Formats: sequence, structure tokens, C-alpha cells
Amino acid sequence: MKVRQISVFLENKNGRLAEVTRLLGENNINLRAVSIADTADFGILRLICDKPDAALKLFHENNFTAKETDVIGVIVEDKPGGLAHVMDICFKNNVNIEYLYSSLMSHENNAVEIFKVEDIDHGLEILEKNGIKAIGKF
Amino acid sequence: MILTYTDDEIQRLDREALRSLQLLRFKKIITQALKTDFYKKKLGGAGIKNAEDITSIDDIKKIPFTTKEDLRNTYPFGLLASSKSDVVRMHASSGTTGKPTVIYQSQNDLDNWTNLTRRSLIATGCTCDDVFQNMMTYGLFTGGIGLHYGAEKLGMFVIPASSGNTKRQFMLMKDFQTTVVHATPSYMLHLFSEIENMGFSPEDFVLKKAMIGAEPHSEEIRRKIESCFSIDAYNSYGLSEMNGPSVAFECTYKCGMHVWEDAYILEIVDRNSLTPLEDGEQGELVLTNLIRESTPIIRYRTRDLTKVVSGKCECGRTARRIDRIFGRTDDMLIINGVNVFPSQIEEVIMKMPEIGNNYRILVRKKGTLDDLIVEMEVGPDIITDDTRDLYQLKERIKDELKASITINPHVEFHEPGQLPVQQGKAIRVVDERGELK
Repeated sequence: MKVRQISVFLENKNGRLAEVTRLLGENNINLRAVSIADTADFGILRLICDKPDAALKLFHENNFTAKETDVIGVIVEDKPGGLAHVMDICFKNNVNIEYLYSSLMSHENNAVEIFKVEDIDHGLEILEKNGIKAIGKF
Repeated sequence: MILTYTDDEIQRLDREALRSLQLLRFKKIITQALKTDFYKKKLGGAGIKNAEDITSIDDIKKIPFTTKEDLRNTYPFGLLASSKSDVVRMHASSGTTGKPTVIYQSQNDLDNWTNLTRRSLIATGCTCDDVFQNMMTYGLFTGGIGLHYGAEKLGMFVIPASSGNTKRQFMLMKDFQTTVVHATPSYMLHLFSEIENMGFSPEDFVLKKAMIGAEPHSEEIRRKIESCFSIDAYNSYGLSEMNGPSVAFECTYKCGMHVWEDAYILEIVDRNSLTPLEDGEQGELVLTNLIRESTPIIRYRTRDLTKVVSGKCECGRTARRIDRIFGRTDDMLIINGVNVFPSQIEEVIMKMPEIGNNYRILVRKKGTLDDLIVEMEVGPDIITDDTRDLYQLKERIKDELKASITINPHVEFHEPGQLPVQQGKAIRVVDERGELK
């Protein structure tokens, strides 16, 4: 089960982040996970929301450069070592993680981590084999 | 008869004798030019079928101008008027788009040019006792290698340092007791600002003179360089189409640059109507090379704006002088001495599918040197979720730009619609370096 992530290109300028989040709020789109990869002069805002199609449309209409990518929402036990256990499985099975960040929500008292892996189908298969659950919908 | 003149005599010929010498050389150049299809057509159209159709220097006014565009269109060999086996070297400068403009030199052509660079150095008071550190770039660019040969011919102790590597420049200046340097004015100021940072002090050096050129500068900049280093600084003018440095050079009186008229026909034309102007009137400098048989170029529009300085120079040389260059008639930028056309930058941007069509070119001072910043809007399809992809794209664009314009720009990505949109004809160049004068 894949999760639809939207990436938005942002130049390093005051107020751009405020503008993006305001736009989502005004259009009743709820954020579920969010992270920023930033460099000295630009950033990429990665987000997961409840209405990805509406969000994409909104970004394109408002002249933002946005793109959809598939990621994995991994359910991780909310206790010390919870993430380490998942990472260990990934490492031992050659699931290469490009980046990860935490979701704003929890799932049945467990944490939800967002993983971007090189080969998503292989990643999902490995997780499933090892009894790790992934969620598909926020 | 003319062969009996010494170089010193040539510089002091009365105007009439100088014009006779020019006419003789001009006819020789016409003969050479007619060996190329390009000039056969151009000169033929003006009724000139052989050198005998030229009876006075004023006949030059019948001939249409030659432009940078012409040189580009004849790339690579269209203007070669001698056999390729006679050529011993080529030089090239950047064109307005991808193709450079090329100049070929035979050994004789090089000797003639070297004679002028030697003459120019002598005019500023240089002698064989001087240690000459050449901080201009060596390579296709004519600035470095051009003056190098003249300095050797004069018997100077030559250090071919080339540009950059400030610390090493200081070390050479100190250890070899350099007395004369050749550099861009902005690099001279950069050097001054770095002396102490690099662990040197002004007392380490015995510098007496600087030959400054390759970029336009004001009288104030010259004075600043002179007072910073307690030296004399001399303005130099040249362009590769006319050989390179030593088209015009200041003498010790520093009242304008003598155009070596035995080697060049000097005209100033109105920048709009292109009609010839009188001495003292400002317009575009048009030059004809009289000493290069392998690449004859007649009535070349330099796009540089200046005027002839009226009156005689106290040094006794009869070659007329031009004022410092105060601008261009085209959009060429001179960045740290390198000629850059905005169209070269546009060409690179337009072939990148990831990048949109709106861009802006900024030139600013960073310390005393120039900084080139190219801002561009990303296209709607560029984005990935990974900053590394964007970095790689940026590096690729930088490499392409560097390959085209030879200098390293900063590249900045912007969101679509965030750069100012130009009304009508886009003015995408913002030069924040301020006025020359």
C-alpha cells in the first residue's frame, strides 16, 4: 500500500511557507505529515494530506511547481527501539532509504513514519514479509 | 622607402607621411581581403575589384562595415586570406551566441603585433631592466599572450603568472621583485584588498607600474589603483578582432590612448547613422587592421563608444589618441575582463527542458571583483522530491554556462512567476556595478 506524497518547490524567500499552508487551510485540506528538505537557496516541501488530488490541482492553479511521489507509511511501535527494529529489517534486506520523516498522526497508539525507498515495491514486500504494517490511507 | 623607418620614426611621422604609409599598407590589406569570398563580395559591391581601385585613405568610406555577426557567419575559416600552412597561431573571443570569432596569425602577423606590444610598453617607460608579471589569462584570449611577446621582445624579465591564485601572485611579486604588472583594474583592486589577508605587507613589493586593460574603467579607478600601490597605471585598449592588446595605449602623459595609426585606420562614427564624425565627437570606434595579412578585417565595428582626443600629445607621438571607453552600443557585458553576451546565457537556459523561460542576469561587485548571478525560474515539470536532483541540475547548468562564457556564474532557482516579468522587450540584465564615470 503506497501513500501519495506531494513535493512542492519553494524558493528561499520570506512568506512562501506561510502562503502554501494558508492555501491548503483555506481550501479545507488537512495535513497529515510534513517535512522540508532545504538548501541555502531553495527548499522542497514534502507533504501528505487527506485530499491529494485536490491539493495537486490547487498547487497547479496557483503556479506552484508540485509533483506527486509514492512513499511508504510504516506503522512503528511507539516505544524505545521501535524505529530501530524497522531500520534493522530494511538494512538487512537492502532496502535503501532515501529519506524519512514522522507523520503528525498516530495509528492505534502506534507512530507512523514516512519512508521514501529506492524501490517501493521491493520495500513493501520486505516489510510485509517481516510483519511490519504499512498504511495506505490517511 | 617605408622599410627604412625605425619604429621610433614611425611613431613621430608627420600626418601626411603617416597617411601615405597607411595607404600603402591599406592597399596590401585590400589585396589580401580579396582572396576571401566574404570580402570579394563586400568590396566588389563597393566597386573595389583590386587594390588599384583604392587611391586614397578616404576611399575606405565606400566600404561597408564588418560586424561580429559577419565573423561568426564565416566561422571557422571564411576570413582566412593566407594558406593554412602559413598560420602559426589562432585566437578566439566569445561570440554573441555559441560560435566564437576566430583570428589567424602568420609568423609575420605575430611579429607585427609583437612590435606594437613592445612599442606600447616602451611608451609607458618600461625597459629591459623591468620585471614584468603578466596576470592576464593565457589561452585563446589575446590579453595574456599578446603582451607577453612584446615584453620578451623588449627584453623584460617576464613572469607568465596568468590570472588568479592571488597568494602565488604576491609570492612571485615579492620573491622576484616585480616592477611591472599587467592585470584588469578590478583585479588590481582585489590584489590590494588581499595583501594583508595573505600575510604580506606593501613594503614587500617594489612595484612601479601597472598596465590595466580588458575592462572599461574610470579615471577615478585608475587614480585609486595608483594611490593604493604608489605606482603609475596605464590604460590599455585592444580586441582580438584587431589582434588584442596594443591597439591603443597610454604614454607616460596619460592623456588618452594612442591608437597606433601605422597599424590601424581609426574612425569614429555616429552610433545611429554610422556616418563618420569629426575628432572630439563621441561615437562608435571603427577600426581597420593594416598589419595582419592572414586575417584582413576592414572597418570593424567595435561597438565601443569613445572619442578622439583633439590636439597633439606632449610626448611627440603623432598617432591620435582616443578617450577611455565609456560604453557599448550593444548589450555585451564585461565581467572580470571577460566579454559575455546575454544571448550566450539565454542559449544555455533555453536548451534546459527543466527550466522555464523567465530568467534574469545580475552583475554585482563582490569586493572589488565582479560577480555574475543567473536567476532562473524552474519549469512546471522540474521538481522531484529530492534536493540532490536539483543540485545536479544546477551543477549541469553551471558547467554548460562555464563552457560557453568561460566564467563561473552563480545559478539561482526560483519558483515560476517569482522573477519580475518584463513588459514588451525583455530587459533581463541588471548591472548593479554602477556607472563607469
